[in-house]
Amino acid sequence: MIQVEHLTKRYGDKTAVDDISFQVHEGEILGFLGPNGAGKSTTMRILTGFLPATSGNAKVAGYDVFTDSLNVRKQIGYLPENVPLYHEMRVSEYLMFRAQLKGVSRKERRAKIQEALEKCGVIEVQNQIVGTLSKGYRQRVGLADTMVHDPRILILDEPTIGLDPNQIRQVRALIKELGKRHTILLSTHILPEVEMICGRVIIINKGKLVAMDTPENLISKLRGVATIHLEARGPFGQIKAGLEGVPGVLSVKGEDGTETHRFVIETDKGRDAREEIFRAFVDNSWVLLEMKKETVTLEEVFHQITTREAEEAVPGGEEPAFKGGIKETVSSLFSKIRG
Amino acid sequence: MTNSITIFKREMISYFYSPVAYIVIAVFLLSSGYFFARILALTQQATLMYSLANTQVILSILAPVITMRLMAEEVKSGTIEMLMTAPVTDFEVVFGKFLAALFLYLVMLAPTLLYVVFLGWVGEPDMGPIMASYIGLTLMGAMFVSVGLLMSALTKNQIIAGVLGIVSLLILFYLGYAVSGTEGWYVPVLQYIGTFDHWEPFTKGLVDTKDVIYYLSITVLCLFVTVRLVESRKWR
Repeated sequence: MIQVEHLTKRYGDKTAVDDISFQVHEGEILGFLGPNGAGKSTTMRILTGFLPATSGNAKVAGYDVFTDSLNVRKQIGYLPENVPLYHEMRVSEYLMFRAQLKGVSRKERRAKIQEALEKCGVIEVQNQIVGTLSKGYRQRVGLADTMVHDPRILILDEPTIGLDPNQIRQVRALIKELGKRHTILLSTHILPEVEMICGRVIIINKGKLVAMDTPENLISKLRGVATIHLEARGPFGQIKAGLEGVPGVLSVKGEDGTETHRFVIETDKGRDAREEIFRAFVDNSWVLLEMKKETVTLEEVFHQITTREAEEAVPGGEEPAFKGGIKETVSSLFSKIRG
Repeated sequence: MTNSITIFKREMISYFYSPVAYIVIAVFLLSSGYFFARILALTQQATLMYSLANTQVILSILAPVITMRLMAEEVKSGTIEMLMTAPVTDFEVVFGKFLAALFLYLVMLAPTLLYVVFLGWVGEPDMGPIMASYIGLTLMGAMFVSVGLLMSALTKNQIIAGVLGIVSLLILFYLGYAVSGTEGWYVPVLQYIGTFDHWEPFTKGLVDTKDVIYYLSITVLCLFVTVRLVESRKWR
């Protein structure tokens, strides 16, 4: 549906997009992930014909984005970042204008607008002036606009930015729903969003494509050592020695508690040692209270991929390992916000 | 063309939802009405000739106010991104906006027809010069609006666009006026470029091809440059 080959965009001597190639297949939802300023918006603007590329080429629905821009634009619905709308118009007027502009025939117009209004949940504000709407409603008016001419491809630039958690949930559900009928390319810097919505992910950083895969594969590729957390009751020394004897276990760190003991075990990648650990407990009649395998989140993948260069440049500047629990996620997010 | 009509309709909605249209029309009617009444009282002649002579300066100021937001506002608010990623050509956008500004200009002029009715009531006006004047006003409007639109495409600040438009139209107006009565090779050139000498014949009832071509060619030139400027956005 979308083919991008060696796309490069330079502004003066600054390279915003650096030799990117990828494809979006029919019917898939592709997530475009990267930190702010990575070149996501620039790539999308090139795909929608708003900006020309410096070199390379891109095809959307079989049309070249530069030589056949009008045909490309007929096939896409584009939601730019920050959703620019005409603030003085009413929602229904705005959608009427957009439907006309996008060549929706007179007969279909009312029905299409009605459908878009309903799908995006803006039917109750259709007679309001756009400028008086909240950010969430504007976002949804923008979404209604992208789908009003029933395009084959939707290109959404940070569709959930600036929304409150409830609105984010609604917009995500909507995008997932739209994904059943349209091919979608969406950009975001929010990771759980990609995990939830997208079938495939592209990570770009500083204009370069650094990873392209399904969210699951990205996570499993990254996982070097698997970590298992244990809580057990029994003789501490014996358990520790027993665990170290389990095949595949690389190291065991233990904490000797009065009632129960905690262990953190690192095992070989690609080898699930949990069953053998369990057998060791059964054979020795120790009590196993808890066993948890730590899962790597996409957030960690993203962090590792996009900060690898920076960390290499500053030795020892490593951040504390990410634990993956809800508490840690929240607190790391807070520290990111404050930072 | 249908796309230009679509753009035209949207611009009309914007004009009449914002106070701009009403303010411009009110200012125009107040000033032109004042001149009409004063001059009529002084000359006691059933003609629009003298009062319309002043109108050109008022219009030079008001036309750029009508057009200043057309392109500048799109760029500033970012709506240009929505607009230009829809299947429309740059020309269709520019032409639609031009039509909208020209239409508002004509709406602004329409109430002055009441002056004509009034003249017919108090005296016996010669309709020839009056009809010629309205043809001239329309042509002049097309030109003024296109100059203003061009200025709006130059900058994303609508105040700057407005000031640039007013200044260039006033310079064009005084260009021919300032050199009249002097000698030199540049006198006919400047008088041709200036708007003053092209407007006067209309008020006397003379629709000269030379003047019609002058207004139309500047209009076309400005629209052409505006389309190029809009296209050039991609390369900046």
